[in-house]
Parts: sequence; C-alpha cells; structure tokens
Amino acid sequence: MADTVFVILAILIVSSALAVVTLRNIFHCALMLILCLFCVAGLYILMYAEFLAVVQVLLYVGAVAILMIFAIMLTSRLAGREIQLSNEQTFIGGFLATVFVFGLGYLYYKDIEAGQFARVSLKIPGAENSLSIGKLLMTEYVLPFEVVSILLLAALIGAIILARKEGN
Amino acid sequence: MSDPTMSQLLNAEMLRYLWLAAALFGIGLFGILTRRNAIAILMSLELMFNAVNINLVAFNRFTSPSTFAGQIFAIFVVVIAAAEATVGLAIVILIYRNWRSIDADRVNLLKW
Repeated sequence: MADTVFVILAILIVSSALAVVTLRNIFHCALMLILCLFCVAGLYILMYAEFLAVVQVLLYVGAVAILMIFAIMLTSRLAGREIQLSNEQTFIGGFLATVFVFGLGYLYYKDIEAGQFARVSLKIPGAENSLSIGKLLMTEYVLPFEVVSILLLAALIGAIILARKEGN
Repeated sequence: MSDPTMSQLLNAEMLRYLWLAAALFGIGLFGILTRRNAIAILMSLELMFNAVNINLVAFNRFTSPSTFAGQIFAIFVVVIAAAEATVGLAIVILIYRNWRSIDADRVNLLKW
C-alpha cells in the first residue's frame, strides 16, 4: 500500500516538477508548482510528519504559490500569452543537473555498499506528532522560533517598503 | 538490524526518498540555470527547498523516529522560504515597474 502510494506520488512530483521548469506558459508553471507541493505534502504524511504536511499545504500552497500567481498577474500584462521563458543555456544546464543527480545517486549507492545507512530504523512513531513539535518549539527550540519570527517581521516590512509606490 | 537482508530492505526504503529528493533538486537546479523569467527562477528555487525538506524529514523518520529535530528544521526552512518568496517577489515587482520586464538576462544593474 505505502509502496504504491510512494510510486504514484514520486511520478507526480517528478513530472509536475519537470513541467514547472519546461512549460512555456508561466501561469501553467505556477499551477504545476501547486500540484508538486501538494504531492510533497502527501510524502510527508507517508513519513508520519502530519504537522509538517499541514504546514506545507497552508504555507506553500496557501501562501507562497498564491503570492507567485499574484506576481505573475501583476508583471506579465497578458498572463495567458506565451512569452520567452528559457535562455540559451538549456543544454549546459541540463547537462549540469544530470551530472549532479547521477553523481548524488552514485554517492548514495556507494554509501549503502559501505554500510553508511546501516542504522536505519523503521519504528513507526507515535501519534503525538503535533503535540511534541509544539512542546519542542516552545522549550528547546524557542530561540530559533523567536529569531524566525523576527525574520518574518523584517521580510514583511521589507516587502512593503520595496513594493510601495514612491512619493507617498 | 542484525539481519542483513532486513537492513538492506530498510536502506532501500530510506534511499528512495533520498533519490526522489535528489531528482527534485536537480530539476530545480535545471530550472534556475535555464529560466530567464525571474518568477520562474523563484519557482525553481521553491522546488529545491522542497527537495531539501524531503531529505530532512526522511533522515528524521528513518534514523531517529522518536525525535523531531528534522521536522522542526523543515518547518524553519518552510518559514524562511516564505520570507524569501515575499522579498523576492517584491523585488521582482519593483524591477518590473522600472524595466517593464522581468527578464533576468536583461537586468544588469549590479554588473560592471
């Protein structure tokens, strides 16, 4: 069951990600990005990270992707028209990315041979995922939590100041 | 993990997540290298963030399932990606207002 779900999600993730980087209409790219992010949320559920899956849907699909669509509609006067999206580095970019992926895959393969991942555990974690994460965020990780809050505030103010019209 | 076949099975279980994350990261890298629309570059960047998050959660789930450090780091990555997208898109809109275009090849203000 989990294997089938993983295969379906993996195919959907890879094909929608490829669509994000190859489609010629940027609005379709944004919709494919939303599909890809949803499937990654499904992957988190498969790995028993329910809270992170909800955060993924709320923050990525609900905020980041919608922000992207807003920016597309604000910048390309005809959002549906095909504009030139790719530059002339397609070949070398594809070559570099392929080398990267297969190099990384080879390194993983070598690490299995060397027994680097031998301490893998399949124990299924308990159901208190959100509870534990909430407790940890308020105790052990409270300093990073506050720092990230300040970062968000800074990004908010920075975005408002950058994007506002000058003169007011 | 005394039984070698069992341990290999578990490795394969974890490794497919790592391979999927590597493929997603490579696709995002390809997008960043080949796209010329600034928003498309930001979207490829989001793909790479997601690949990193899959790796973090996979290591959390398969090496220490009873702790949550990997998931908490992934949450921080998501929040920082949101901040990055906000500022990045504000800059894109600002560039569009000044250039009437968001072609990353043509914006050469910081080149000399």
